[in-house]
Amino acid sequence: MTTKIPRARLRAGALALATSLPFALGAVGCAEGGNDVGTSGEQKTVEYPTSAIRIMAPAAPGGGWDLTARTMQKALKDGGLSAQPVEVDNVTGAAGTVGLAQLVSKHNADPHRLMITGLVMVGGVVTNKSAVNLTQTTPIATLTAEAEVVVVPSGSKYKTLQDLVADFKANPTAIKWGGGSAGGTDQILIGLLAKAAGVDPKQAKYIPYSGGGETKAALLSGDLGVGVSSVSEFKELVKSGQLRALAVSGASGVDAGAGTPAPTIKDAGYPVELMNWRGVVAPPGLSDAQRQAVVSMVDKLHSSPAWKDALTQQGWDDFYKSGEEAKVFFDAETTRITAVLTEIGLAGA
Amino acid sequence: MSALLDGFAAVLTPENLLFAVIGVTVGTLVGVLPGIGPALTIALLLPLTFNLDSPTGALIMFAGIYAGAMYGGSTTSILLNTPGESASVATSIEGYQMARRGRARAALATAAIGSFVAGTISTVLLSVLAAPMARFAVMFRAADYFALAVLALVAVTALVGRSMVRGLLSLTLGLFLGLVGIDSLTGQARFTFGSVNLLDGVNIVVVIVGLFAIGETLHLASRPTDVPSTVAPLEPPRGFAWLTREDWRRSWRPWLRGTALGFPFGALPSGGAELPTFLSYTYESRRSPHRDEFGTGAIEGVAGPEAANNASFSGVLVPLLTLGIPTSATAAVMLAAFQIFNVQPGPDLFDEGGALVWALIASLYVGNVLLLLLNLPLIRLWVKVLRIPRPVLYASILVFATLGVYAVSGSVFQVLLAYAIGVAGFFMRRYDFPIAPVILGLILGPMMEEQFRRALSLSNGDFGVFVSRPLTVVLLSLAVLALVVPYAPRLLAHGRADRVPAKVTLGEDD
Repeated sequence: MTTKIPRARLRAGALALATSLPFALGAVGCAEGGNDVGTSGEQKTVEYPTSAIRIMAPAAPGGGWDLTARTMQKALKDGGLSAQPVEVDNVTGAAGTVGLAQLVSKHNADPHRLMITGLVMVGGVVTNKSAVNLTQTTPIATLTAEAEVVVVPSGSKYKTLQDLVADFKANPTAIKWGGGSAGGTDQILIGLLAKAAGVDPKQAKYIPYSGGGETKAALLSGDLGVGVSSVSEFKELVKSGQLRALAVSGASGVDAGAGTPAPTIKDAGYPVELMNWRGVVAPPGLSDAQRQAVVSMVDKLHSSPAWKDALTQQGWDDFYKSGEEAKVFFDAETTRITAVLTEIGLAGA
Repeated sequence: MSALLDGFAAVLTPENLLFAVIGVTVGTLVGVLPGIGPALTIALLLPLTFNLDSPTGALIMFAGIYAGAMYGGSTTSILLNTPGESASVATSIEGYQMARRGRARAALATAAIGSFVAGTISTVLLSVLAAPMARFAVMFRAADYFALAVLALVAVTALVGRSMVRGLLSLTLGLFLGLVGIDSLTGQARFTFGSVNLLDGVNIVVVIVGLFAIGETLHLASRPTDVPSTVAPLEPPRGFAWLTREDWRRSWRPWLRGTALGFPFGALPSGGAELPTFLSYTYESRRSPHRDEFGTGAIEGVAGPEAANNASFSGVLVPLLTLGIPTSATAAVMLAAFQIFNVQPGPDLFDEGGALVWALIASLYVGNVLLLLLNLPLIRLWVKVLRIPRPVLYASILVFATLGVYAVSGSVFQVLLAYAIGVAGFFMRRYDFPIAPVILGLILGPMMEEQFRRALSLSNGDFGVFVSRPLTVVLLSLAVLALVVPYAPRLLAHGRADRVPAKVTLGEDD
């Protein structure tokens, strides 16, 4: 374990130099264009898959990770991308850290075991003091992402994010923020926003709810002043005029239900960007050739029509980074999220 | 009204009827199997429906699964005292006693017909009252939920059983189990002993399967000579007359009262299907003219809770369809299904996706009829289960219980946990501790704690939040009344000193 982390850091550092946009695009384009050639070319290759692929959804059936796993399963099958059967199994618990621990400890060096992951797991590792973290896996790719949105009830006095943050700075404990589970994406965003606004993240009064439904109910009943969740969660209530979207958390404005793109948090003057992303990782200990083979399969998956259809059907944004690019991203997110959760005080004593 | 008729037209096609039949049949089966519930089933079936052209068929099937599971859960509760879902626990109390006295047929019939009555009435309520109900439901704040949980807790003291001390100990065990896992407000782990397996707390399905299925099996295995080799002699069948005139007379009021409790609780964003079943059980056991029969198999104790759990489903659809707020695991999965078919539940759904909503509502009516048609004849088959020799029967229960827990969790740890809880359940039976309060504590404990702390956190620690709004005050006053009223006759009698009646809680107080 201890020998693995420095090596991972080294590789990430070396690659950070090379991840300028043209290079990244070139690499992906190359992979997409010449996958079969690439895997059977001069580079030492392995045959993959040689047995059934098992994709672990580290959460209960029906959630986002489960749907991602099952969508992958279907697209791999429909596109004929795996000569072997593809199975999905669910390992529930603790923001996916139970599944993560299993992947790292039990399936070491097995390229046929994949696991869906995401931002929530990065946070879960910190808040649950998990002994294992995402940088110990073999990164394969990020797949999808969704922006977060900050909403207030339609009767609220806040018309813009600046109004809200001005009050938040003046009296940090007066704003009642609410969203999903403690240490999850929603609280992370509030922590990042507080930091950007110069407020101690610890002072933000955050009330966690189990799921978007409860948060919506609490906004409508008047318990909460501000709600944070994924854009799709609040979209209908924003559309019907019961909630007002103040800002979205992505790089560019998206329609949060009002019909026109909502401004980003950056537009409002706070340098915060956070996407709730999902991706896929493999166990540690894969050889370079094995890793390349898995990445190549997922590259093909990403460019397959079946996957593109699935993205449209599910309303997921494409957020694809594969191979080394994914590794750099996973490492950066781990560092950033750990820092903000520690400042909020959720990393525990 | 014409919209509803259009809905029926959409449902009553051969293809959609087939989906409805598949739904109620699968639902009944998963309801019968311990552990595997409707949420899991629908989640697993969801990817299959991606290939369907129209979402109507899939949603009809899902509604059928839910209704079927709610009903199917009562079957094992009644016949074998092994409820598979928390919403069936209240049914098992009197239902199993009825089965032991050879009245399994009547118990299953009142459950089936009660489910039908409750399902149909609550679907009517859903079609008519969805919008105003939703407005009322979102008035509930954290402080109100706390008050509601307190009210429920003091109102269901009847579950405590014959011995107050034992009942409260059972309740405390449930409250404690509810504390295990990550504290939802601070994200910190409690009572997990450093194990990741306990971070998510103790799953209620694991507790139910452990206490009931495994505990009951161990209990029976420990005293093989005390019980007859088959479960219960059956009353002679009377052809197609499942219920006697007397049974009908005693069942219809509990059905209606159960519906009246189940529907609004289902509609509350943090309500659920369990509380109304316990409340219905308590109400019937206190107010029924036959309350002396409670504990030995009173049909009211089956009719009420079964109606309540089925009515709660239509209630759950109120916030789901009108606000996009899922209030149960199953509703959350159905919401995911809606979104996959590009239907966004929310305030505009009745206007925009109206056809689909009315088709879903129509399918609930149709599903209820199919459920009745499927289950009344099946009663003859189910009761045959009781003819299976005990060792074989309970061995297979153990197999299904183990399978169920593993299917839900995919973890051997959870299976071992279920067995450990089963051993606790065995000793509880051995020393006459009631089982139901454990489940009640596990449901109510986390709800009370979370909402209490949430309310205080929102009010900056000001306890005034519990008396500042009329709704909270009314609920808390009702809770005080529920606590005091049972003792009122005794208090009054002290004043008059002529006659000292027992308190009216239960005829069976010792």
